[in-house]
Amino acid sequence: MEGAGHGGYKIYILTWFWLLVITALEVSITLVHMPKMLMASLLILLALMKVALIAAYFMHLRFERLSLVYVAVTPLVFAAILFFALVPDATRLPGLR
Amino acid sequence: MGESPAVQTMAVRTLQEIDQEQVLTSDWGGGRSPFGVSWAKFMMWIFLASDALTFAGLLSGYGVARLHSGNWPRQGEIFNLWVVATMTFILICSSATMAMAVGSARRGDRAAAVRFLALTILGGLSFLGMQAYEWTNFILEGARLTTNPWGVPLFSATFFVITGFHGGHVTSGVLYLLGVTIRALRGRYSAEGVEIAGLYWHFVDLVWVFIFTLLYLI
Repeated sequence: MEGAGHGGYKIYILTWFWLLVITALEVSITLVHMPKMLMASLLILLALMKVALIAAYFMHLRFERLSLVYVAVTPLVFAAILFFALVPDATRLPGLR
Repeated sequence: MGESPAVQTMAVRTLQEIDQEQVLTSDWGGGRSPFGVSWAKFMMWIFLASDALTFAGLLSGYGVARLHSGNWPRQGEIFNLWVVATMTFILICSSATMAMAVGSARRGDRAAAVRFLALTILGGLSFLGMQAYEWTNFILEGARLTTNPWGVPLFSATFFVITGFHGGHVTSGVLYLLGVTIRALRGRYSAEGVEIAGLYWHFVDLVWVFIFTLLYLI
């Protein structure tokens, strides 16, 4: 684990490769015809995979202490709560106008 | 029962000492670094966490605006998806070269670190150039901050604010990396300094992943 985190370009090239593969997958998904909700969920899932790859390997979060991982991840949990708390309002108000 | 007061005091003191020792060696007692990183790197992480919340606020606002208005314009017909995909490609590549620069700096290979840093800056500049091209086209089509020809004012408003805010981050990132590169050329740099700049650069790439997905693809 330490060896992978310090030096060694292989892990970076591998991360880069998978980021490009997922990006190509994202673009091709938009070209295929499918239900809007399914497409949105698939794209968000792929985006989260890319973000995890960048944070874990490019930003070395996988090789840091768990306490630092919490510093990085906790705000994002609150951000998700912020968004999902707003969704009911956003979808309900058009019907009230 | 038969112990003298002197022995008792000594025993108490020893317990206090043991107690203090345990506090100092525990992770959060103050005797150690609970996060296991230097203050500079930790401060960058704190900054990135707060910056992530700024972007989360903007993107949540965008999500609400979009869910709220029933007919959102089809981005695929307005933006050239291939240009945006190329911008994404360039930013991912620049993130990879940034990681290589950090790796080289850690090994003490200054020449390689400078080379990879220069490539990263080049990637950032190409990204900015393509974004300028995209904004120009969008504006020529009649999009403004508060109005646009597609009938949903918030469509161009959220686009300009979010991509503009991200572009500002890329611009400051390019300046930041330029500073690090110049310092590295003069030999006044540390591997950790390069790594902290790298954290910022990867974060800008990370935010673009969300912007690319939410603003252009969905």
